[in-house]
Amino acid sequence: MYQWDFGILWSYRWLFLNGLGVTVGFTIVIVVCGLLFGLLGAFGTLSRFASFRLVALTFIEAFRCTPILVQLIWFYYALPILAGVEMTPITASALALSLYGGSFYSEIIRGGIVSIDSGQSEAGAALGMTPRQTMRRIVLPQAIKRMIPALMNQSIIQFKNTSLVSVLAVPDLVYQSQVAAHDSYRPLETYTAVALAYAAILIPLTIIVRRGEKRLAVGE
Amino acid sequence: MSEMAKIEIRSLRKSFGSNEVLKSISLDVARGGVVALIGPSGSGKSTLLRCINLLVVPDGGSVRVGETRFEFGTGAKLPDVKTLAKFRATTGMVFQHFNLFPHMTALQNVMEGPVTVRRMTRADAAALARAQLAKVGLAEKADQYPATLSGGQKQRVAIARALAMEPDVMLFDEATSALDPELVGEVLSVIQRLASEGMTMVIVTHEIAFAREVADRLVFMRDGVVVEEGPARQVIDNPREAATRAFLSHFHRTGALPPAEARP
Repeated sequence: MYQWDFGILWSYRWLFLNGLGVTVGFTIVIVVCGLLFGLLGAFGTLSRFASFRLVALTFIEAFRCTPILVQLIWFYYALPILAGVEMTPITASALALSLYGGSFYSEIIRGGIVSIDSGQSEAGAALGMTPRQTMRRIVLPQAIKRMIPALMNQSIIQFKNTSLVSVLAVPDLVYQSQVAAHDSYRPLETYTAVALAYAAILIPLTIIVRRGEKRLAVGE
Repeated sequence: MSEMAKIEIRSLRKSFGSNEVLKSISLDVARGGVVALIGPSGSGKSTLLRCINLLVVPDGGSVRVGETRFEFGTGAKLPDVKTLAKFRATTGMVFQHFNLFPHMTALQNVMEGPVTVRRMTRADAAALARAQLAKVGLAEKADQYPATLSGGQKQRVAIARALAMEPDVMLFDEATSALDPELVGEVLSVIQRLASEGMTMVIVTHEIAFAREVADRLVFMRDGVVVEEGPARQVIDNPREAATRAFLSHFHRTGALPPAEARP
């Protein structure tokens, strides 16, 4: 029977805390940037102009249909060779994860927008609203409510995907725990603690979002 | 008549793909006139109505409402987004399925046009919206969301929403077709009151008895052409064309006439 000893981890607390800080900070950056890319991608696919649609679709499928681990390595190792673009591991992984997340956010946002009955846009247009006003005042407020569960889901995945940046030696929680595990010869305790740390952050967040959804559902 | 007509439509054509929905339609609506458009489904009457406020952009012909005139066809430039929006702000439209904004209360629905399009202050818009809701008999429902209203109440809010833009003309696209029979009367009586106040209106409807009572002119359409047009009572009571007769007799036979007590 394995003898668990979590006490040993206490001496690595600053290492873990550091890693956790990087993971959380990274998540905030890639969720915010990912949503921006997602918004651009969604409006691109819904554009009147075929060239915009093509660019947006190419972006979405390129990032949605290739593995994120390959993208991370590609951004860091291939771009300097092919395009002469040098990036720090942090920039490369932030960019790759934002674009990867953005491709999924795009489809969520686009799906939310097209799910709104066309009669809503017609009613806005009939009142004399421009397409932009209709989008902002009528369609988006309704669409966002429908997008929230899926956006939250994707953001949870984004949070957990940050663990992959350890392959580029970005010192996130998983990378630091590898260091701790090698140093302490206690991988079971270390990775169990890391898993619990991820869950401890995500579970309260999901509860908050569920409550928010209920409040938003007013009137429907 | 075309000198003083409020709405003037000339040789209007529209196709969806290979399906020619409107085949050179011309129509005049006098200032303060009420025209009822009737006809079987697929006859093009809803498309014609949507061409009047350019929710559907015609392929050819011209549309004039008041002073604003648009030409369509080869060589004619399509109106830009701003011009379209400005034009639509002067025509009110009421839809078969109400199309109320579900994330707004009745009052907010009615305020939306005045605030966003007419740039009124929220206080002025709220006062205007309350007055319009009172006019359709729904003052006490101002703070309710559409989901809590009956079909007839929703449609009355939708009429108030269109009226809040203080339009020159009102377009009704089968405004009572989605309503339970017992709720039709309350909506029709609001439309009738508008007619008596001198609002210029085009009404697509299946309520033949209502059309006979409220409309001064009636247009019967089939397969994208106007088959018969004339004073409403005359066309309904003594249709000249066989197609009109056949359509109207079908109506009487299926008992689509609303019961007398439901009529306003």
